[in-house]
Amino acid sequence: MEKITLSVHNLKKVIGKKEIIKGISFDLKEGEVFGFLGPNGAGKTTTIRMLVGLIKPTSGRIQIGGYNITENFEEAMKHLGCIVENPELYPYLSGYDNLLHFANMLDGIGKERIKEVTELVGLKDRIHDRVKTYSLGMRQRLGIAQALLGRPKVLILDEPTNGLDPAGIREMREFIRFLAEEEGLSVLVSSHLLSEIQLLCDRVAIISRGTVIKIDSVHNLLSNRERVVWRFHPIEEGKRVLRSVTAIDEREDGFITTEYDEIKTAEWNKLLVEAGVSVTEMNRKMPVLEDLFLELTGGDSIE
Amino acid sequence: MNKLIQNEMMKLIAKKRLIVIAIIIGILVAMFTYAQFKEVERQREKLGTDDWRTMIQQTIIDQQNRISSARISDEWKQQLQIALQQNQYYLDHDINPSEPGAPTFMRIFLENSIELFIPLMVMVIASDIVSSEHSQGSIKLLLTRPVKRWKVLLSKYITLAFAISLIVAIAGILSYGISGLVFGYKGWGAPVLTGFSVTDAGLDTAGVKLINQWQFLLMDFGLVWFVAIVVGTLSFMLSVLIRSTAAGMGVMLAALISGAILSNMVSSWESAKYFFMVNLKLTNYMNGNPPPIEGMTLSFSMLVLLVWWAIGLFVSFLVFTKKDVY
Repeated sequence: MEKITLSVHNLKKVIGKKEIIKGISFDLKEGEVFGFLGPNGAGKTTTIRMLVGLIKPTSGRIQIGGYNITENFEEAMKHLGCIVENPELYPYLSGYDNLLHFANMLDGIGKERIKEVTELVGLKDRIHDRVKTYSLGMRQRLGIAQALLGRPKVLILDEPTNGLDPAGIREMREFIRFLAEEEGLSVLVSSHLLSEIQLLCDRVAIISRGTVIKIDSVHNLLSNRERVVWRFHPIEEGKRVLRSVTAIDEREDGFITTEYDEIKTAEWNKLLVEAGVSVTEMNRKMPVLEDLFLELTGGDSIE
Repeated sequence: MNKLIQNEMMKLIAKKRLIVIAIIIGILVAMFTYAQFKEVERQREKLGTDDWRTMIQQTIIDQQNRISSARISDEWKQQLQIALQQNQYYLDHDINPSEPGAPTFMRIFLENSIELFIPLMVMVIASDIVSSEHSQGSIKLLLTRPVKRWKVLLSKYITLAFAISLIVAIAGILSYGISGLVFGYKGWGAPVLTGFSVTDAGLDTAGVKLINQWQFLLMDFGLVWFVAIVVGTLSFMLSVLIRSTAAGMGVMLAALISGAILSNMVSSWESAKYFFMVNLKLTNYMNGNPPPIEGMTLSFSMLVLLVWWAIGLFVSFLVFTKKDVY
């Protein structure tokens, strides 16, 4: 059985009279990247802040590395590294002093480890410069270095690619995969972008209005939901051919959509060509978050 | 805990606040030294002599004239009467009340800065020490370590106490060093009168005794430090309660200035004596200056400040360990 590193059970938060988080439960396994997906205002950040100890839960249980966070805060936090929103380090200190600052707050973490994580995130050349001279990408990397200092079992990253350029996003994604696969960390990543979660995560929890709507592997969640958008002429002949093999949707702008399947789609294309239809466009379309939500919530709006 | 304090020290030093404070104190001391120097010069020209006895006699005559004038209020008259009695005492006992020299300057500087200047300097550091973590967002990193919140706050408070002691020391060293260039560094052993107590009947000199200036200075420093710690703790509390450093400073500044103003107006509003800000001028009790409100004594003021300090500390720790961070 895979080891569970982070366990959340029936977590609730009430602010005033309003229930913000209405009973969230999930588990993180060793070596997996777990996505936390939801639109803005769904309760992602509030949940994450409860996991890292910034907000006290109204009820429910959070265990990190087997330790309950409310009863045994210090032990639980030893197994956790996190960045909540942007990594807001001290701009007037150097990168090295920032790491030293946070290493001082951990038992038995010394200069050796600081050197190690600096090399791991590739900041060796600039580590003695002040953080205010860093680019956003470098700050993000320093943030990760800081989170890894204590050799955590669980890494929590809130919107880790926010504000990064495409190269930076890609780099970050590869780095997170590396941490999970090679170092065996459990990584919890939150995002409001489905495409990002899809590329990064093994499993995903979709949350909306303070509840988890669904937890599943990314594969299960997204397969059968991809569509192909077609354009061809003559259009009537093409529709006839496709209708004979699958259900089609006609869009107002003249495009036809069908389900996507790697093998079948190629076969349909062959059929069309053989029937003398010239295919001008074939486009594989990812489901968008909104569609997924509509489907999962049964047409409830996502606000 | 040592490492946590080390962290806070590192941040404090990197922010260079202490250096700025030292520069401000240095500039002000230089200004006051010059002002004092001008004053002494003017007195000499006016009297045509540098004999302090003549000066005091002149002051006494001035004061007598003012007391006999019908236009001034009874209260003011009473204060003048006390000052006059003091001067008379100095003259009778052949003691120069403002023996020129750096220690005297330092004493006068401390006595005048205890109410507003030193508290302001302390406030610059104290009101920023917690709220800056909020405004920078680094509080999120600070509180997600395997360290309990009260320990984080305690390390900040100890650092603050250290910084306050440093500020008081800097004020002492700079005022001695700079003024000494002009007035000379002698005068540690000069006799100073203390033990005055103000009663309904006027100045009671029964308990008056002579002590060396350095002893007097030691007491002054103790009082200044005590006031600075109390004001620092209250600013610290505001720093925990209010996320914005500027807003916290504004509140504290308003309180301190209102204290300075109130001290001059509240003699008939008796319950105002429980405000911390009218109790800051502790050194006045040593000089025999009348308190702003009748019935206030040194131990009363210190007790009031102590209560405010305890409340400030309690609220800081309670709120900091309980509150949700967004």
